[in-house]
Amino acid sequence: MSRKLRVGWFSFTCCEDSTMVFIELMNEKFFEWRDLLDFRYFRTLKGRNDMTDLDIAFVEGAISNKKEEETVKKIRQNCKKLVAIGSCACTGAPANQRNFFDQSTKEEIQFILDRFEHREKVSQLSDVVKVDDFISGCPMDEKFFLSKLDQYLKEFGLVHA
Amino acid sequence: MHDSLDINIEQISKTEGHADLEVKVRAGKVQDVKLKISENKRFYTQAVRNRHFVSVPQFVSRICGTCSIAHLTCSTEAVEKCLGITPSPQTELLRKLAVYGMMIRDHAMHLYFFCLPDIFKVDSVFEFDKSKDQLVKQAFAVKGAGNNLSKVVAGRAIHATYERIGSFSHIPSKEDCKVMIKELKSARDHVLDLIKIFYDCDFAFNRKTTFVALVTKDYSFLEGEIRSSDGTVIKEEDYWDHLSRVVIPYSQATGFKFKGDEFMVGALARMNLNKDSLHRNTRKDIPKYLSVFPSYNIYHNNLAQAIEILHCIDHSIQMLEENEFKEESPPAVRSRKGRGIGVIEAPRGTLYHMLELDGDGKVKYANFVIPTAQNQIKMEKDIALVIPQILDMPKHDIHHELEKVVRAYDPCLSCASHFLRIKWNRSFV
Repeated sequence: MSRKLRVGWFSFTCCEDSTMVFIELMNEKFFEWRDLLDFRYFRTLKGRNDMTDLDIAFVEGAISNKKEEETVKKIRQNCKKLVAIGSCACTGAPANQRNFFDQSTKEEIQFILDRFEHREKVSQLSDVVKVDDFISGCPMDEKFFLSKLDQYLKEFGLVHA
Repeated sequence: MHDSLDINIEQISKTEGHADLEVKVRAGKVQDVKLKISENKRFYTQAVRNRHFVSVPQFVSRICGTCSIAHLTCSTEAVEKCLGITPSPQTELLRKLAVYGMMIRDHAMHLYFFCLPDIFKVDSVFEFDKSKDQLVKQAFAVKGAGNNLSKVVAGRAIHATYERIGSFSHIPSKEDCKVMIKELKSARDHVLDLIKIFYDCDFAFNRKTTFVALVTKDYSFLEGEIRSSDGTVIKEEDYWDHLSRVVIPYSQATGFKFKGDEFMVGALARMNLNKDSLHRNTRKDIPKYLSVFPSYNIYHNNLAQAIEILHCIDHSIQMLEENEFKEESPPAVRSRKGRGIGVIEAPRGTLYHMLELDGDGKVKYANFVIPTAQNQIKMEKDIALVIPQILDMPKHDIHHELEKVVRAYDPCLSCASHFLRIKWNRSFV
C-alpha cells in the first residue's frame, strides 16, 4: 500500500464549525482523500485514535484549561507540522471572550474557572505551541483549506508538484 | 460477569463536542456513573451582555458549529418578539427552508457517520469496505443536499449570513430553487434506504419517560405550542417556568428537569408527540416505519431522525415548487426596552433563547436553554441502567455499548455547556 499523509484532526475550546466544514468537504473529496490521507486521530469520526507519528496535526479551537495545554503540547511533539484551523485557534476569538470581561463578570464566573482548572487566560494556539501555518475564518474558508492541503500533499511528496 | 469494574472514557467518540464518562461497579452493582460534559465554557450568557441586538443573532450562532442556524434563528425570533417585529410570510418560509437544510445535513452526519459504523460493526466510516461505497455515496448526496439547501437559502450551512432580524438579505433565485428541487428529489430515495436500515436495526433500550417538544402544525420546528407526553401544553414564553436547573458539579453543563422530573427532548420526542403533522408524502410512503411510534426505545431516536430527513426533503420540495421568492422591503427595526423569548426545535430538541434589552437596544440579560443539557440527567441514568444488562460482556464491548447509548441521543456538547445562570435582576423589566 502506498504511503499516505498521516494526519490528526483535533478540537479544543470552540464551536467546531471548521470540523463541520471539513466533514462537508468530504461530500466531494472522500474517495480522493481515502487514497491520500491516513486519519490517525479524528475523534469526531473515529473511536480508535492515535496521536503519535503525525505528518500534520490540524488543530481547531483555543486553549482554555490546563488539560488542553498539556494535550496540545503533546500533539506538537508528535507532529511534523501543526496547522491552526479557524478563528479560535488562530486568534483566540471568540472563545477568549472571558479575557475581556470586567471585574464583576470575572468574579461571577470564577467558581467555574476554579472547578474545571481553567487557565487564567484563554490563548490562541501560537501562544502555547509553535504553529507552522494558519487557516483562519469563522468557520475556515473551504477553498483556502483545499489549496493548503494540496500544498502539504506536495510538500510531503504524496503528490507531485 | 464483572464483579468489579472501572470504566473511564476520555472523550466519547463520534459525538459533537467533548464528554467523558466514569463508571464504577462493585460487588456486581453500579456504584457510580458520571457523565461529564467536559466542553469548556465560553460564557456566551455573559459575553452577550451590553451587545446591541443587531449583532446578537450572528454572535450567539457561534455557540455551536453544527446547529448554528438553530441558534441564529432562535435568537432572531427572541429579538423580534422583544421589538414587536412580525416577519413577512416569505421570511417565515425562508426560515423554514434554512432550518430544513440544517436538519437534513446535521441528522445525516449523525446517522451515516456516527451511528452506521455501530450497525456495521466497524470503528468509523473510514473502515467501510468497498461494498459500502454506494451507501457512502448516498450519505454524501443526502448530506450535500442539506448543505446546499442552507447555502442557497441562508448563504452558508455553518454560520449562515443571509438571515437577519425581520428579513433575509438575499433571496434565492428561481434557477437556484430549480437546481435545489432536483437535488432534493434525487436524495429522497437514499433516505428511504436509510430509514429501512434504522428500522431493521435491533438495538434496544426501553425506559418510560416524559417527552417534551414544540409541536408545530406542519412539523416545521419553528412555531406552535410546547407539549409533553403527560398532556401538558405550554406557551413558548412560559417554558422556563416548567424547568428546574440541576447543578451537576462534575459537568460543565447544567442539567434540567421538567416539572421536577427527568425528561427527553429531540427527534424521538417530536415523533412521539407530532408524527401526524409530518408531510403528506412522508406519511404516505412509510406507514410501516411510522407505526413504531410512540416508542420508549432510545435507539428509535435515530429512526425518528431518518424520518425527519424525509419530511424536511418533502416539505422543502413543496415550498420551493409552490413559491417564487421576490425582493421585499425589510420591516422597520427600532430599539425598544423589553423581553423577547424565542423557542424552536433544534436538531437535538427544544431550544430556548431569552433576551432582555434596554431602551438603547443593548442586552441586559440573556438566558439560553440547550437541548443536550435538558437530556443530560436522563442520559446519565440510562447509562446506569444499561450497565447491569451488559456486565457479562468483555470490558471493551461494555465501553462500546455505553458510547452507543450516548450516541443514540446525538448529544451536542459544544452547545450544552452554555448555561450559567447566576444573576437574575427581576427589577429590570
